Formats: sequence, C-alpha cells, structure tokens
Amino acid sequence: MDTFLESPARLDVVNISVAYNGTPVLQEITFQVPHGARVAVVGPNGAGKSTLFKALVGLLPLRSGKIFIHNLPLGHHLDCVAYIPQREEVDWRFPVTVADVVLMGRFGHQKWLQRPGRPDREVTQKSLAQMGIAELADRSISDLSGGQQQRVFLARALAQEPHIFLMDEPFTGVDATTQEATLALLDHLRQQRVTVLISTHDLNLAASRFDVVLLLNRRLIAFGEPKSVFTPENLTQAFGSQLLKLPDGLVLVDDCCPPEEENFKKGI
Amino acid sequence: MIVARLKKKISKREFKLNWLFQPLQYAFMVRGLLASVMVGILCAVMGTYVVLRGMAFLGDAMAHAILPGVAIAFLLHGNLLVGAIIAAVIIALSIGLFSKGGVVKEDTAIGILFAAALSLGVALISSIQTYAVDLSHILFGNVLGVSENDLWLTVGLGLLVLISVALLYKQFLVISFDPILAATLRLPAELLRNLMLVLLALTVVVSLQTVGVGLAAAMLVTPAATAYLLTRRLWPMMLVSTSIGAFSSLAGLYLSYYLNIVSGSAIVLIATVIFLAVFLFQPRRGLLWKKR
Repeated sequence: MDTFLESPARLDVVNISVAYNGTPVLQEITFQVPHGARVAVVGPNGAGKSTLFKALVGLLPLRSGKIFIHNLPLGHHLDCVAYIPQREEVDWRFPVTVADVVLMGRFGHQKWLQRPGRPDREVTQKSLAQMGIAELADRSISDLSGGQQQRVFLARALAQEPHIFLMDEPFTGVDATTQEATLALLDHLRQQRVTVLISTHDLNLAASRFDVVLLLNRRLIAFGEPKSVFTPENLTQAFGSQLLKLPDGLVLVDDCCPPEEENFKKGI
Repeated sequence: MIVARLKKKISKREFKLNWLFQPLQYAFMVRGLLASVMVGILCAVMGTYVVLRGMAFLGDAMAHAILPGVAIAFLLHGNLLVGAIIAAVIIALSIGLFSKGGVVKEDTAIGILFAAALSLGVALISSIQTYAVDLSHILFGNVLGVSENDLWLTVGLGLLVLISVALLYKQFLVISFDPILAATLRLPAELLRNLMLVLLALTVVVSLQTVGVGLAAAMLVTPAATAYLLTRRLWPMMLVSTSIGAFSSLAGLYLSYYLNIVSGSAIVLIATVIFLAVFLFQPRRGLLWKKR
C-alpha cells in the first residue's frame, strides 16, 4: 500500500471552497489522491459529498482554490473523469434505451459532428457485458429495476474509459447482485490503474474495501488509511451528536440514508 | 353492363381524386399546404425537446412574445416574418440571460418577459387603424395568405432548423438527458441551450402563418406528446411526431377548406384527436388497457 502512495498524484485538490445555491458547503479542502487509489468519501448527510464530486467534474464553480488532474488544471482533459450520479438525479422517463445511454459515454471520444462508429459500439457492448446487462441493451431505461439502472450508468462510465471514476452512493438501496457487480468492477478498475472515489454511508465497507478514506463534514476532517481515519476523535468531529460511545471504547454511528431508503447502516 | 360498371368505378375514383385534388388547383392553396406541412414537421421536431425538457410554457410564451416584432414590422411596412424573427431571437436570448445566474427562476423570467412583450405588441397593434383583421391573422394564422416570399422564407428557416437538429442531435440529446454528463464532456451547455432556444424561436415564427400566435404552443406540444406515448427512443419519437404533425397540418387544411373553418383551429383539433385516440388506446400505457 505504501508503494502507490509514492507515485505521483493524479488528482490534486488544493484548498477549494465550493458554494451551492449561494450557501457555502465545502471549505478549504486540500487532498491528493495518488495513482489508481480507491478512496471512500465518508461523512454525515449534508457533509458535502455530492458537492465535492460535482466540483470535481466542473459542474459547480470553485469559490477559491484549484483542482489539478495529471498536474493540469480541471478542464484540460475531455474524457478524463466519469461521474455516476445518484439514481434520483436521472430522468428515467426520458425515451432512451440502455444501449443509447451507454453509447453516450463514447461522445467524449468522438469529434463534434461525428456519428458513433463500430469501435464505439464494440466498447458499448463490452461495457454492457461486463456489468452483466448485455441482454437489456434494447430495453427502455424506464423498464429497469433500481439495481439495473445503476449498472447501466456504471457501464456508461466504463465506456468513457476514464482515468478517474466518481460514484455517488452506489451502495445505497441496491440489490445484492448490483452491489457485487459494483465491487467486482472496482477490482477491475484497480487493474486498469483507474482512480476511484466513492461516497458511501457504509463505514464497514469503507474500512474493509478501500485504500484511503476521506472523512468529510464541510471541512476535511481526516484523509488517509482507514485505520488512521476511523478514530473516535475523528468520528466525533464528523458525526457529532449522531455518535454513541459505549463504555468499552466502542463507537456507534447511526447515519440515516436518504429518506426513501429503508436501510439504516451502522458502522464502528 | 360491364362497361357501365367500369364507368361507375372510374367515376367513383375520379370523385375520390377530385376530393383530394380539387383544392390544389388554387395556387394559394398549394402554398398554404406546403407551408402547413413544413410547420407541422418543424414544430413536431422541436416539440420533442419542448416536451422532454418541460419547456411547454416557454414555447407558448415565445409565441406571444413575438407580437411586438410583428407589429413594428407592420408599422414600418416591412416583412412581418422578419420582424417576428428578430423579436423571437431577442426574447429567446433575454430569457437565457435573465435566468442565467439563478437570480430569477426561469419560469418567472419567462412570465415577466412574455407579459411585457404581449402588452407591447397589443399596444402597438391597437395604434394601427385597421388592426382588427390583421390581429386575428396574427393570433390564429392566415395560411391562405402565404405569399411566395413567405413560403421561401418558411422553407429556408425550416431547413436551417432541421439541419441544425440533425447535426447537433448528439449534443442536444446529452444536454437534455444528462446535464452532468454534458459537464464532464465539457460541452458548452450554455451555448447549446441558447441555440436550442433560438431554433425554437424560429420554429414559432414559422408557425405564425399557419396556426398563429395563439395555437403555436399546441403544435409544439401535442404531436410530440402523442409520439412520446408510442415510442421509447428519441429519434423514433421525432419521426412519429413529425408524421403526426405533417398529417394534422394536411388534414386540418382540407377540413378547413371543406367546412370553411379557421385553418389553425382545424389543424390543432386534428392533432388533439390523434393525441386522445393514442392516449386511450395506446398498447402499453393506454387508459383503456389499464382499466382492464
């Protein structure tokens, strides 16, 4: 684990502050994500996890600070970052098929007036197959289950062939198959040396399956290996009153997921 | 006996053809038909974006907002269509400008501009002595008064809009379906959105002649909404919408010819009947199927 920390950072976030609808959300965040690392972004609701991701893709303007990818300021790379939105952010009634959505991931590789060609279709097919939804290619996206919907967007991100993968809450409210498919995808991405940032409420998952944890609550509270991040002090700072400390030193976090979801996740 | 039957058959067919071709002996009717079909197609194509992006209010507002342009052109004895184009483009871009920083919500910006432009238009028109006739033409269209110049302008603008949509199909799809992907792909979303508004404005201007200011929004929304119920991909939706738009325009014009009713109303009513039929009997989500 130490070896890759020495390699040059692919993603450099330098002292950024971001506002959403006029109210400041993120303040003075600085961190470096090394080559091919798998980062869990953790924090209570409203901590600014989605805001951080939206700033990273250039969707929200920075109030101050800078973001560098491969040592170049954000915006120099066209096809570098793939973002998998939370399912509620997508208009599922839009008339597109699964293959249409995945093919959109190829637009960054095409010229402006170019039509998708055979290589694009092949990449699309491969991405669909990898996420196990090849047989759904011609289905309308409105006919899919929640897990299938998520896998469509994972396939699209794969088709983008990005260097940085951002996933907003991919483990919230999905079936076991999709969760497994997502975790398998993470292993595949590690082989490809793709940097992955995932926001999650599942602290156990963050502690067991990730190299680096970014603990966030408006400000950066801790950033590093799970062991060094998940300390009672850091968790108290991040989750505040949501925390229950037991006499033997055990710390309980009960962080409720977005209202429609039924599952409450607990972590230590 | 056989000869008589044949003759009867031929005369029957002739009657059928007459019914279809009789109106076409008038040049103004041919021009009107061509203009209507062009408008039907254009509105149907831009209408898919209007329906999918929830811009119905915008389309309606834009139609009303071009009134002052038309009035000023009339006062200056210029071409009404050119006046309408200028007004529409100004309105389209100012809506984009007003709502840009999120200071004013888009529908609020539209509401303000729409009412102001409509008032200005009505004020200007009321200062024209013989306004009564012309106002009704602007409000409900005057498809039989389409001049040769108007027709050329309609066809030219129509091709411009259709070619733009064909070339930018990919970009318009992404900014409509997934603005976040548009941002990660570094598409100039603002520019594309304004371009879409301008194309919409041109479409509304063209439809001024056939269905008028009052009914332009219906031609934008109704065929596209019908097509939405029948298809599950964007370009088939555009094709179906186009067919419905073109058919409604043709059939509406014949209806208005034979029943002697205002052509704009006839066109919109036919489009609405098609929508209702699809809404009720549509195989997948139809109202009648659900009840079973």
